[in-house]
Amino acid sequence: IIFYIFSTLYFQLSFSPLVPQENAGQFFSSGHTNNWAVLVCTSRFWFNYRHVANTLSVYRSVKRLGIPDSHIVLMLADDMACNHRNPKPATVFSHKNMELNVYGDDVEVDYRGYEVTVENFLRVLTGRLPPSTPRSKRLLSDDRSNILIYLTGHGGNGFLKFQDSEEISNVELADAFEQMWQKRRYNELLFIIDTCQGASMYERFYSPNLMALASSQVGEDSLSHQPDLAIGVHLMDRYTFYLLEFLEDIHPSSKANMNDLFKVCPKSQCVSTPGHRTDLFLRDPGSALITDFFGSVRKVEITMETINLTEPIQQRQKETYSYVDQLPVSEIIHQKPKQKDWHPPDGFILGLWTLILLVFFKTYGMKHLKHIF
Amino acid sequence: MGLLSDPNRRRALISLLTRLNAPICVVCYMAGVAWFMGLAFEPFTLRTYMSENAMGSTMVEERFPAGERALGTGREFSAHKKKAGGMPVDWLVKTMQSRGLEVFTQRFSRRLPFPDEDKERYMVKGTNVYGILRAPRAPRTEALVLSAPCSPGDDNNQAVGVLLGLAQYFRNQVFWAKDIIFLVNEHDLIGMQAWLEGYHHTNTTGMDWSPLQGRGGSIQAALSLELSSDVVTSLDLVLEGLNGQLPNLDLANLFYAFCQKIGVLCTTQGKLQRNDWDSVSGYSHAVQTMMLMVMKQASGRPWGDHGLFLRYHIEAATIKGINSFRQYKTDATTIGRLLEGMYRKLNNLLERLHQSYFFYLMPSLSHFVSIGYYMPAFGLLALILLLRALDLWIQLATPPPRTEDGVADAEQMSSPGVLSVLTPLVISHLTGVALYTLPIHFQEIAVEHFPVSETEAVVLTAIAVYTAGLALPHNTHRLLTGRGTENGWKVLKLVAVLYLAVLLGCTALINFSLGFILALTLVPVAAFVTPDVPKALSAFIMVILSPACTLLFSVFLFQELQEMPVSFLDGWMLYLSVISQGILDHALYGSLVYPLVALLVYPCWLLFWNILFWK
Repeated sequence: IIFYIFSTLYFQLSFSPLVPQENAGQFFSSGHTNNWAVLVCTSRFWFNYRHVANTLSVYRSVKRLGIPDSHIVLMLADDMACNHRNPKPATVFSHKNMELNVYGDDVEVDYRGYEVTVENFLRVLTGRLPPSTPRSKRLLSDDRSNILIYLTGHGGNGFLKFQDSEEISNVELADAFEQMWQKRRYNELLFIIDTCQGASMYERFYSPNLMALASSQVGEDSLSHQPDLAIGVHLMDRYTFYLLEFLEDIHPSSKANMNDLFKVCPKSQCVSTPGHRTDLFLRDPGSALITDFFGSVRKVEITMETINLTEPIQQRQKETYSYVDQLPVSEIIHQKPKQKDWHPPDGFILGLWTLILLVFFKTYGMKHLKHIF
Repeated sequence: MGLLSDPNRRRALISLLTRLNAPICVVCYMAGVAWFMGLAFEPFTLRTYMSENAMGSTMVEERFPAGERALGTGREFSAHKKKAGGMPVDWLVKTMQSRGLEVFTQRFSRRLPFPDEDKERYMVKGTNVYGILRAPRAPRTEALVLSAPCSPGDDNNQAVGVLLGLAQYFRNQVFWAKDIIFLVNEHDLIGMQAWLEGYHHTNTTGMDWSPLQGRGGSIQAALSLELSSDVVTSLDLVLEGLNGQLPNLDLANLFYAFCQKIGVLCTTQGKLQRNDWDSVSGYSHAVQTMMLMVMKQASGRPWGDHGLFLRYHIEAATIKGINSFRQYKTDATTIGRLLEGMYRKLNNLLERLHQSYFFYLMPSLSHFVSIGYYMPAFGLLALILLLRALDLWIQLATPPPRTEDGVADAEQMSSPGVLSVLTPLVISHLTGVALYTLPIHFQEIAVEHFPVSETEAVVLTAIAVYTAGLALPHNTHRLLTGRGTENGWKVLKLVAVLYLAVLLGCTALINFSLGFILALTLVPVAAFVTPDVPKALSAFIMVILSPACTLLFSVFLFQELQEMPVSFLDGWMLYLSVISQGILDHALYGSLVYPLVALLVYPCWLLFWNILFWK
């Protein structure tokens, strides 16, 4: 309610002549001050061209909306542009008929090839990198950073495959985000994943201020969009294709919010059902702008008057929490009740019982079978 | 007590086994044959599908434009071939170089053990010409091969033309990740063998060849093209290679997928696919196609130039263009496009083809039967041998009923000497060795004494040694000291049955068709021959079921299946040429059918012949 009043106040203020001294507090009262993006493509090999194209499309949008390369950690597991099989070398196209070359001239890949591993990804997120790591490979976020994390590749129920040799599970990812929360490495975090059964990856999140989107539910496959016959592979996945189409219409001063993002790629276009999770997000998703995560928007107000900032700025946060209980997590989280599937008895117990039965019948002979059956 | 340790139960089981042995054997045999015939029934087969993820679907755009120019090149090739009287090496080198390939030649020569009357050659000398298209940006670690044979006369000119046309087109593309080797080999299989041996630095067959100056990396896949007309009505895929080895099913799947995409009529074994599997004629058509594949695989010879690649674990197939009387014709541009599509997809491979089956039978190009489905047919036949062995073992273990004369008892209960078993074994194998070595070694002597050519000498010597073996039992017994005991033949039969089981089992693992066909004829022989059956009738049946007669019947059956039935005399000549080809295949390419039959199967059969005439 408080926030609603604030937002109406803000709108009123934007239409009324500013009284700078009194409103300086509100001017600096938005939640985040900087934006980061971690974009990861986890699969290699030529036939996974579309995953690299997915990641590069999001990279392109994010850069276009203002996040600089120094604030983007781009991890690509394979180099499609210079792959020997690419008929158009040094390009990665996202649309057939080669309308859009997402590779461009100024792509800066921070983790490439075999450096894209689960360990490196988790180290980037949690900040536990060796001291020799260059700045471009670090996620130097603070407690006022909004981070966009985009993952794409091959996944399944509860895991995402890295490089055809290892996996990251949804539990690991949730724990990594909790570590980030406890170290105050983010203000708000938007997590987008475009893989098969992607919704399973955000099921286990339990840290506050997380919003998650996935391209398909558990049990569904995310489908690719179109093949390009000249190049010979699928160029993009459906979800990211429509996401890119949506983002192309966003400009830095756009007021589109998260509710519009949730509507991207309905089932009729995507064939799979995209999902999202907002219960851990403290704000109303309708008040979170797209540019809060995808762009690096600086609020600029031009004034001809001088402002004396003598009063301390009133912070929006009202109470201070102790370190551990910053937010009573257990009150906030509404975890979905886990379906308890019936599992057949453990193999070990079965084996043990079979052994016992065999020994019994061997010792006493088969005639006892008659008594049982 | 347990099932087998309780003597009562055991006796019951044993008596069950002995009483019902013959009926169970018969049932197993019928079941095995029925299972095999049922393999061609469409609901029991699976549709083919692409297993290799890297190859994906037929998602490429084929743009090969120059079919007519390729045919023109083919005509030039034919003219130069006529002028040179063989392979026009200089013209080929010049043409390939003008298309931007790195061209190399290889000379080879070989003296056949005896003249080959089918292809009319004895001292073979030739040259292979091959051009390597280097991948523009890739390291030279992997290669693909496209080959066309240089055949005498008017054959396969268009194949070389299409090959050169594709070479020119491929040279202009930048997306090749593997080197492509365009090979024109002379004297078909002999030239191919020389090239492969030179490429892989092996020398298994004793051929003379000059070392290869240029190489392309490890070969991932190869296609051989046989095209003898300007337009074709259908394309035939030949899969069977040396020793019955087959390429990975994904290669056939790739071919079929592209045939469907481009709309070319595609066949296997030269037989069109039919859709009416539930009608009798539809089913028999599928059975015929499968039987053709089985017979081709059992012969152990490479049925196209691709057959020799398989030994080096290179997946290869031959594509033959067939021009029959049909309205819809496919031109060279479409064939070029199909090959272009296949090579683009093979280009995407990251590893060798290994995801799909290596052992399969194809009743049609879109359906296959994998090893898991066809092996039980053979297993049922092998079961008969095991049951028989068990039966004999039981008979040998139980003591004979007591007679009045204690002395006779003691004599009968003495175990047969090792000699009485070993002698037939050794003599049969010596006969086998004779069958293997004599024909080739003594061909000069035979030619001196008889008015026959060398080839006929070889073949007739082989048949002579084979029939001489039939006279053995009467002679073996003169050598044996003492008479054979009552149980002697049982021990010999036990050994022989187990030996046959192991032999057929190993053969079926490597070459299922050969193992199955041999099992079909030899297992009844092994199961039912004893010294007590009527001699004349069973001798006749045994000869009918012996490997040589099986081969004779197979020749006739093969001709029938190909819808080119032959008269008896032609069939006999064909049979003689088949034997000579078999011996030649073994000498030239290392085919194992002839040594297997001569050194192992024939002695095994002789052992049973010995048992029949046991005294």
